[in-house]
Amino acid sequence: MVYLLILFPLAMSTLAFGVKSNRVRPLLLPLGAAVQLALVMYVIFVLANDEDVTGLGGWLLLDPLGKVVLGFVSVLFFGCSLYAPGYLAYRVDRPNRVFCTNLFVSQAMMTLVTLSHHLGLMWVAMEAMTLITAPSIYFNHNARSLEATWKYLLIGSVGIALALLGSFFLAYSALKSGLESTLLFDQLVADAPLLSPPWLHAAFVLLFIGYGTKMGLAPMHAWKPDAYGEAPGIVGTLLAGGVTSCAFLAVLRVYQICSAGPEAQFSRQILIVMGLLSMAVAAVFMARQRDFKRMLAYSSIEHMGILVLGVGLGGMAVYGALLHLLCNGLTKGVLFLSAGNIHRAYNSKSTDQVRGALKRVPLSGGMFLLGYLVIAGAPPFGPFISEFTIASAAMSSGQYLAGGLYLLFLAIVFIGMGATVLAVVQGSPPADMPPTTFRDSLSTSGPILLFAALALTLGLYIPDPLQALLTDAAAQVDALDELEPRVAAATPAP
Amino acid sequence: MFQIFDVLIIVAVALNFVALGVSRIRGVINAVALQGVLLGFFPLFIHSNLELRGFVLMAVAVILKGRFIPAFLLEAIREADIRHEVQPIVSFISSLLLGALGTALALVFSSTLPLTSEHTSLLLVPASFSTVWTGFLMLTTRRKAIMQVLGFLILENGILLFGLLLLEAMPFLVEAGVLLDLFTGVFVMGIIITSVASSPRSAPTTCRS
Repeated sequence: MVYLLILFPLAMSTLAFGVKSNRVRPLLLPLGAAVQLALVMYVIFVLANDEDVTGLGGWLLLDPLGKVVLGFVSVLFFGCSLYAPGYLAYRVDRPNRVFCTNLFVSQAMMTLVTLSHHLGLMWVAMEAMTLITAPSIYFNHNARSLEATWKYLLIGSVGIALALLGSFFLAYSALKSGLESTLLFDQLVADAPLLSPPWLHAAFVLLFIGYGTKMGLAPMHAWKPDAYGEAPGIVGTLLAGGVTSCAFLAVLRVYQICSAGPEAQFSRQILIVMGLLSMAVAAVFMARQRDFKRMLAYSSIEHMGILVLGVGLGGMAVYGALLHLLCNGLTKGVLFLSAGNIHRAYNSKSTDQVRGALKRVPLSGGMFLLGYLVIAGAPPFGPFISEFTIASAAMSSGQYLAGGLYLLFLAIVFIGMGATVLAVVQGSPPADMPPTTFRDSLSTSGPILLFAALALTLGLYIPDPLQALLTDAAAQVDALDELEPRVAAATPAP
Repeated sequence: MFQIFDVLIIVAVALNFVALGVSRIRGVINAVALQGVLLGFFPLFIHSNLELRGFVLMAVAVILKGRFIPAFLLEAIREADIRHEVQPIVSFISSLLLGALGTALALVFSSTLPLTSEHTSLLLVPASFSTVWTGFLMLTTRRKAIMQVLGFLILENGILLFGLLLLEAMPFLVEAGVLLDLFTGVFVMGIIITSVASSPRSAPTTCRS
């Protein structure tokens, strides 16, 4: 079954490549995504209750953390796939064979990342994901999208190359300690207390820089504003919600190894500092941002910062970070897809030209405004719960400085982002703005409503199976910290 | 055997300087290709009991880095009508001096590293760091996109040099995956470079050739 999760999207990609019609091919996306979503839900909530979902001799294993990310990525991909036919029908001028094929391959690679318990295999899947998503950024075939693709590809590849060096250092830390050199995740976690500290130290730094580059954490975020600014909304959603979530999972895997060993405190401090730095950078660059799609890139940097900050804070904040992974991804779906619709409706993404979106595309304009309020943490939506959980965990654990800065940056971003969003949606469309044929429709607005509804659901009620999954996943990341005092208490004093 | 290996490592490091010092892009491509081929043969010197799949991987790596990637890059130059001069941001002399400084620091740094006893005398670790440094130097001090691709290839060569110490941790599937990703990466980058030729010249692009 575990192989089917990877092979099915690959088979769909082959089918998409084989279909000749530019109009029929996009219809495969919702079809394939629905089947994949059903498969994933069956595996997570039915099959995994009865047996271990494993493959390749333990290289592939679906653990609670993997389940959270895999389930989320599948939901996100499904929502995007519903949007694709309507969007590609509007962009009928552009061939979509490579686009559709690559979307399915990227889903297969995201699935592989979530299942990988071998750091080498995970690296291969992550790099493949980078390569396969790059042509989608170049969908519009203009000079700016070309530049964005180049930056994404080169910075991403260099970053991920450093992650490979970090993986080697990790394996070497085992070798140096007289253990068998391995990149098997479970083996490394088990051996973590014995690993050579200097090599583990260096490995964490390189792996964090490498996968942090894929997440788009500051200061490794240079590719993000260009890529998100130029990519179609659907690709932006998948990058901001899917690819970054997979990179976050990779960071969590590395953190698990380090926190089980002698580097727990060091890795925690790095996560807190980098999380706050990302939020600070986003707060600075979001102010007076005239390109509203680039603004979303800075919002993504901010929320990637929140994720790593939550993990660094530990305790309940880890649960908050995992919940935020879902809430942020869904809200990014609302924001990127509605921003894409507004972009199409004006043929511009600058607030110099785009005004009065509520009048020209009321549904997309309204959802863009709603998305802003949701991502800023307005109740009763999911991000309010997750962001509040992280703030509460910071304060209750006595980490007042980190908690205070976190709240300060959230407030600055709220103001900075609001200025751009309100400029887009309020007022009247400029009289000299040439009209376009794009208008709100069910196919291009329905998925946005779906994402908003899911974000609202997570704020009002988290279903028990999902709650259990998030709790298990949080315990998997932070269990070792909880274990420590228990182990210390159980050990008799000399 | 080890003496020959050390000589070959020195040749691989010397090729870093060739890549930094030559003024024609074709010369850099040849240097990087030769370095890739040398690296492809290195497992022979480190692991005496190489299995069949190890030989297969070695052959694939040598053919890929020595034949396909250089041929593809030369084709990209021709397609995109790129001028043959390297056009560095810093001069060739400065590049070479920085390369030499990096290599010296790599030697000093490696001698302080807590390596296992069987690896302390190997030149592989300083060669790896020196090559990674050269890759970064190339990535940051060369104007043309194709040179950045070559910088990326040198960087990967440096990382894979270190990986030679850990052949047990890198099973066949992962090594094959790394090679495939490398080739696909260069392939996609090459396509972008050729696409630059047909994109509007007026717009700003960092990858303008």
